Amino acid sequence: MSGRLPVKKTYKLYIGGAFPRSESGRTYEAQDQNVARASRKDVRDAVQAARGAQPKWAAATAYNRGQVLYRIAEMMEARVPEFAELCSGKDEVHRAIDRWVWYAGFADKLSQVLGGTNPVAGPYFNFTIPEPTGVVATIAPDEPPLLGLVSRIAPVLTGGNAVVALASETQPLAAIELAEAIATSDVPGGVVNLLTGHRAELAPWLASHMDVNAIDVTGADGLRAELETAAAENVKRVVSGKPDSQSLYEISAFLELKTVWHPIGV
Amino acid sequence: MMAQAPVLPRGFELPLKQRLPRIGSIDQVAVEQRAAELAKRSIKKDAKVWALELALRCCDLTTLEGQDTPGKVAALCSKAIRPDPSDPNVPSVAAVCVYPNLITPAKERLAGSGVKVASVATYFPSGQAPLDVKLRDVEDAVAMGADEIDMVIDRGAFLSGRYAKVFDEIVKVKEACGAAHLKVILEVAELGTYDNVRRASLLAMAAGGDFIKTSTGKLPGAATLPVQLVMLEAIRDVHAETGRKVGMKPAGGIRTSKNAIQYLVQVHETLGPDWLTPDLYRIGASSLVNDILMQLRKEKTGAYQSKDYFTND
Repeated sequence: MSGRLPVKKTYKLYIGGAFPRSESGRTYEAQDQNVARASRKDVRDAVQAARGAQPKWAAATAYNRGQVLYRIAEMMEARVPEFAELCSGKDEVHRAIDRWVWYAGFADKLSQVLGGTNPVAGPYFNFTIPEPTGVVATIAPDEPPLLGLVSRIAPVLTGGNAVVALASETQPLAAIELAEAIATSDVPGGVVNLLTGHRAELAPWLASHMDVNAIDVTGADGLRAELETAAAENVKRVVSGKPDSQSLYEISAFLELKTVWHPIGV
Repeated sequence: MMAQAPVLPRGFELPLKQRLPRIGSIDQVAVEQRAAELAKRSIKKDAKVWALELALRCCDLTTLEGQDTPGKVAALCSKAIRPDPSDPNVPSVAAVCVYPNLITPAKERLAGSGVKVASVATYFPSGQAPLDVKLRDVEDAVAMGADEIDMVIDRGAFLSGRYAKVFDEIVKVKEACGAAHLKVILEVAELGTYDNVRRASLLAMAAGGDFIKTSTGKLPGAATLPVQLVMLEAIRDVHAETGRKVGMKPAGGIRTSKNAIQYLVQVHETLGPDWLTPDLYRIGASSLVNDILMQLRKEKTGAYQSKDYFTND
């Protein structure tokens, strides 16, 4: 025997910390590969996993959340050549890694920057703290395939939300590679869920899902009006950002500011 | 010596003495396999809605906690009458199941609604008290207006082979119930084997129980599909031999509507459609009701639902 048969990778979904095939067994072709084509039941399972994982992720200390996000950057750094093949190249990968680091640094600075004590005319101690919105659905943009996805989900995670992201329909491979980096970086299972498949088929189920608290329609293209209408049923927060931005406001878009009036004994 | 079984309306005399020691042994592997097989049925769309509504109509909405208050029971009763406040087409549940002290507030709230009040009694959940204490418990519950009594058997006596004591107690409790329906809780998690489950089922039916019920809900590993199958087959055997129809109530651990439908499929396959009614089948549940409501609303609106929009209790 000479040489060996290379082991080919099956591109799967990432739900609840595991890599299942689509419940429906379907696949579709993208980037010359057979990629899992998620069904609405996969959407349902992903939201359920996100809902289950979110409270613990939100309860982790901000410092710890930052460390875990930084760890994603570390894991990606070790896979730069693999990532580079699946997106526009090394430059995009490096920028995606740096994006994780930037947001990781913000995890324990959020409440200082966005929260605070407020002066009020009364015997009250009044303060404001940012809290995560809950489960966020992200419709990732097609371009750039890796940096776009990272730019949209990193701020969501920084604030303590769990995310169900729908990867680019045409270029989903980088998202699956990213799932493998996330799976090895101490992000608790279920906090990040990545689905691949037909956007027009899956996005409406996310938009109408009553257990999803916010939806990011950045990559929704022509579906936007339909998604926003469906999202109105439970008054989801609808966010539309830039595919490639890095800003504190991307984090605060997925936070609720809770203001507390606390009586002081006088 | 065993007490004389009561004269029952539909004529029911099992030759108990000869039968109990020789109940035949249960094939554990086969029972579990058959239960797993029946759980694979796929019930969709209209059939699913029908099954969900049936499951809801068969529910005994239960709260059995030390912290129960009249206020909580009042809220539970409102939910029992109209489980989904936004949709009057969703049917009421069969009964509310409470501790004896909460029968009165439950009775007041449910007056005229058709929803029954069930009360646990006989020193629930352990049953480890003298017989006269248990009987007083039952008499008080009936006097306060309970339509149904959920009694526990004395597992200590059963496991040590004193079947006659268990039998006598059920007979006496049945007498004390008067017109109230009697459900006999076997607490299968403490019985250990399927053989014991079958033995206790036959014992409870022979002694006059109107229903046999799996569990108190106080222990993990309560109702399971194989256990229900064993009990349903005991009910079927009694029906075949005497024509008497005894009801079944699984309780504890049924939390999802998918699971509830699996239980219903098993009833249909084992006893037939006659048993698919709240008169002969109940599900003891608290969190199940919300899951059914979420599924029904999903079928109605087409959108997946969230616990956030349904009441906790």
